[in-house]
Amino acid sequence: MKKILIVILAMVSALSLSACNGSKKEKLYIYNWGEYMDPEVIEMFEKEFKVKIVDDEYETNEAMYAKVKTGAINYDVVFPSEYMVNKMQEENMLEELNYDNLPNFTQYIDPLINETIYKLDDSSASDEKMDPRFSVPYFWGTVGILYNTTMVDEEVTSWDILFDEKYSGNILMQNSVRDVFVPPLKLLGYSINTLNETELSEATQMLIDQKPLVQAYVIDQVRDKMIGNEAALAVIYSGEALITKEDNADLEYVVPQEGSNIWFDAVVIPTTTQNKELAEKFIDFLYRPDVAKLNADYSGYSTPNTGAFDLLDAEVQEDPAAYPSSETIAKCEIFQYLGTEGEELYLAKWQQIKGK
Amino acid sequence: MNKKLLASPYIIWILIFTILPLALVIYYGFTAQTPDGIVFTLDNIKKISDPLYWKAFLLSARLSLLCTVICLILAYPLALILAKSGNGKKTLLVFFMILPMWMNFLLRTYAWLNLLEGNGVINTILQFFGIPKQQLVNTPFAVVLGMVYNFLPFMVLPIYNVLIKIDDSLIQASSDLGANKFVTFRKIIFPLSLPGVISGITMVFVPAITTFVISDILGGGKIQLIGNIIEQEFTFASNWHTGSGLSLVLMVIILFSMAIISKFDKDGEGAGLW
Repeated sequence: MKKILIVILAMVSALSLSACNGSKKEKLYIYNWGEYMDPEVIEMFEKEFKVKIVDDEYETNEAMYAKVKTGAINYDVVFPSEYMVNKMQEENMLEELNYDNLPNFTQYIDPLINETIYKLDDSSASDEKMDPRFSVPYFWGTVGILYNTTMVDEEVTSWDILFDEKYSGNILMQNSVRDVFVPPLKLLGYSINTLNETELSEATQMLIDQKPLVQAYVIDQVRDKMIGNEAALAVIYSGEALITKEDNADLEYVVPQEGSNIWFDAVVIPTTTQNKELAEKFIDFLYRPDVAKLNADYSGYSTPNTGAFDLLDAEVQEDPAAYPSSETIAKCEIFQYLGTEGEELYLAKWQQIKGK
Repeated sequence: MNKKLLASPYIIWILIFTILPLALVIYYGFTAQTPDGIVFTLDNIKKISDPLYWKAFLLSARLSLLCTVICLILAYPLALILAKSGNGKKTLLVFFMILPMWMNFLLRTYAWLNLLEGNGVINTILQFFGIPKQQLVNTPFAVVLGMVYNFLPFMVLPIYNVLIKIDDSLIQASSDLGANKFVTFRKIIFPLSLPGVISGITMVFVPAITTFVISDILGGGKIQLIGNIIEQEFTFASNWHTGSGLSLVLMVIILFSMAIISKFDKDGEGAGLW
């Protein structure tokens, strides 16, 4: 028995020794969506600040949350969507940002976006907005319909085309609990944050009726499938839409007239951080106009950075799919965090649809 | 003592990566988060009786049974051929059998997606011959195909391993005593290969009934298996308690069905699993 203990001790000390040797350079652990940051940006930061960036990728907010929550890896910077920021904030998983360390943010943040998203004054109208202390926006955009003009000969203006039997087998929906409910809830004129059981059941019934028409519920495959002419209509994020258009000129993106979800992915520092100072340096670096432009070009999403916007091609600046008018934005809503019970309600409805 | 020492890395491994996670699954499975803190409950276990979950479970059971049967039918003759071929040929055939496993499982499944899609490779070939487009992907058929493709080697190899160990003199003795090839197979070869068949069934059935990746990729998210439900509980709802409870039920059902299967292995020569 003693010998076993000695072996264990030896192994543990060997492990801890090797852990010490490897950490000469400061390390920054970032956890980001796939294909969301130009690899050049990471290299630039590593060179300029003489640090090493370790970056991991995730596919859904929920997957990211689960991993950060366990604290298995001490991430310094993560990029949750707004509703996930609220959830993490509520569970005290986020560090408060010090704006004195973020001069680029203060200078370049688009005031319109900033005030649409964040609670900057005490009026009751802003109660549904976010607390600015814990996050800054990274990219923003909308959810809409991407359609193939060779397969759809009418003008797409409304979500109801997704429920049209004419396109049976040619519709792609999002395989994601909250996004999938946007089309029916907006068509019915309800809030996309509704917790009203009847409203949600109506939407659920619409999605159940729609299921035979749906080719597949997908997330990242939407892009490939639409480029490959596999489907006529797809629910998609605006940034993805822009990228697909580069590869298939027949694709068009539209934000339906009923309104939609306006989303943004934020940059936050989780409490797991071991190096908050470096994390803030990185966040401010992301707000440097040249860096923000690199990322905007790379990902195709809309930047909240006025300095970077000015550097973009005129074609992108004037594209209503990337930078919609303020009237369109007025009809859109941010996803609110619904609380554990609210989330479980949505999941139950979603499983009901998938189980049919 | 020396032997025990050698086993210690394995024991530590088992402790950290099997016993501890299992204990956590049991802990989460039997508890729930309430405003008053964590309390003991059976609700997570009972959730399997929810018609929605039960339906997903039955679908998983059906598809994975089908997959196991198809694998067995394909694998047994293949294993026989492998076992009986000459040494050089044998190595080559086994090599080809294992070769696809060197590639990542997800990549291989995505490759099937490209083959089966509406404008995929198979449909393009069909259309070239004037056959109309077939709906191949996003169907239960595609999911079973993906399972069979991914898990077939796990059926072939254990059966093959048992078959090559069968003493040739037993087969000679059988024909000396007047048995024809069929009788020899039925009375000698098949009973002796049962341990391999049983571990093959285990190694195919268990990953098949718990999969959620294959059904998501090849089923287009339209086919909801119990694995998908458990995955969603962990990822979408962050509800570790329900997820663990359902996992426990699944585990017990698998253990139970494996115990029944091993009853067929009368002499207790089963691969030492039970």
